[in-house]
Amino acid sequence: MSVLLIAEHNNKELKPFTLNVINAATQIDQDTHVLLIGHNADSVAKSISEVSGVKKVIHVDSPIYENYVAENYVPVILKNAENYSHIVSAANTFGKNLMPRVAANLDTSQVSDIIKVLSADTFLRPIYAGNAFATVKTNDPKKCITVRPTSFDPAPSTGGSAEIVKGDPGEEYSLTKFVKKEEIKSDRPELGTARIVISGGRGLQSGENFKLITAVADKLNAAIGASRAAVDAGYITNDHQVGQTGKVVVPDLYIAVGISGAIQHLAGMKESKVIVAINKDGEAPIFSVADYGLEADLFEALPQFLEELNKLNTIQK
Amino acid sequence: MKILVAVKRVIDYNVQIRVKEDNSGIVTDNVKMSTNPPDDNAIEEAVKIKEAGKATEIVAITIGDDKAQETVRKALAVGADRGIHVKADGIIEPLAVSKILKAVVEKEKPDLVFMGKQAIDDDCNQTGQMLAALLNWPQATFASKIDVKDKSLEVTREVDEGLETIEVNIPAIVTCDLRLNEPRYASLPNIMKAKKKPLDQMSATDLGVDTKPRIEQIKVEEPPKRKAGIKVANVAELVNKLKNEAKVI
Repeated sequence: MSVLLIAEHNNKELKPFTLNVINAATQIDQDTHVLLIGHNADSVAKSISEVSGVKKVIHVDSPIYENYVAENYVPVILKNAENYSHIVSAANTFGKNLMPRVAANLDTSQVSDIIKVLSADTFLRPIYAGNAFATVKTNDPKKCITVRPTSFDPAPSTGGSAEIVKGDPGEEYSLTKFVKKEEIKSDRPELGTARIVISGGRGLQSGENFKLITAVADKLNAAIGASRAAVDAGYITNDHQVGQTGKVVVPDLYIAVGISGAIQHLAGMKESKVIVAINKDGEAPIFSVADYGLEADLFEALPQFLEELNKLNTIQK
Repeated sequence: MKILVAVKRVIDYNVQIRVKEDNSGIVTDNVKMSTNPPDDNAIEEAVKIKEAGKATEIVAITIGDDKAQETVRKALAVGADRGIHVKADGIIEPLAVSKILKAVVEKEKPDLVFMGKQAIDDDCNQTGQMLAALLNWPQATFASKIDVKDKSLEVTREVDEGLETIEVNIPAIVTCDLRLNEPRYASLPNIMKAKKKPLDQMSATDLGVDTKPRIEQIKVEEPPKRKAGIKVANVAELVNKLKNEAKVI
């Protein structure tokens, strides 16, 4: 038995969530191998080989993997699948897009979005937007699993010395073509891994007003999140959405501003260690999960919040 | 061009679900059900494409018990031309759903298959990709914009880093994001008309698909509850608590 993990990267860097998935994979089986499919990604292969717990890196290089297209990744994964009992990737847009295409090819019923490894075939996973947890056992000979990265600590990025072996590319899939990616670059911490997240909702009333959120985020070195309502209204781009169909975040501190707290939003943030809610509606459901609730007009509270933070001698970064 | 749209009946998104006392699942008796939200976007998009003169027929399909027909009727009321109900009871895993859809695709020969990107009950996010795999068709998942071209679609996808655009040849599978469009409501006259539209029935067995679950659901539990928090009187108290009590800033 061993685990084949599909690395997420951009040919230059390993995406940090891959480390969390490596940790989950080693809980399934110590013999964890990482499959890196890319182009000119030698530095990524090297960094994976140094991750604690990784036993082997299979590096497949071809120009057809310059951009990630699931249809191109799948033949390579299938070629390598034979030697493994489990195939694992992150339950983010990368792995969600990829893994079911692998699973169906293997006639496997996939287990999505696991939050705990109970044994090599039994896992805990949230259903109904995290309002219930299901314990599930898969009986398929080859198991295809996606892992919720924020439910596992990242594996240490050093301490390993796995061998790197070259693998063969698969056939190119000609019916799907990558056109472009509009990536929003930011100097802020990434939403998925930030220690502090401050999110705005419909209560902000405009995209312009998000500057109140930005100012506090700058002070706290926080990532900026948003409710679906705020993204739908065009206040902020989709990569900020927290919730059932957006990102799941588990920061030390989550500050929800002008967010009522629909079930679908709570699904993305209610495991945060400390939750603050600022909302003028005292009955808003967000208060039911908040450790500290402030019933106030956000347009007054946010500037005051910044002022109070400025008074502090030190702020943890 | 013909578009097949798959829709699922789920517990309504506004309902606070309850776990059964014996931990065998979720209470569904006397609970409000409706169409899985992104499946509404899938239907809406198909209807818009037809209205733009780029599609000639929309077939809505659902898989489930008798009540699942409501979901198809709703799709017919907003513009689908014809319905298919594949009868199947119990939990039908995405792998089985995609096998059923594959069998129907082989009979109906649609040019496009649309569905929501994820069902809000099991939160699996698998069916579209699995169907694409079984048919070896291109897959455009998490679509927030679709441009129909001659022999292809240009699809904008919502991904973690932002937006990605891909071009997929037709035939193709598209899974729809909630931001793809604004689903319309069915008017009363259209609801009445929908009752007269054809709705074929068949069973999974008719299609030769074994729907027996592969995954054992051992138990379903309520997630751990958060301990009740407090309300603070003002911003100064909030900052003080965060600094000195929670020690997070």
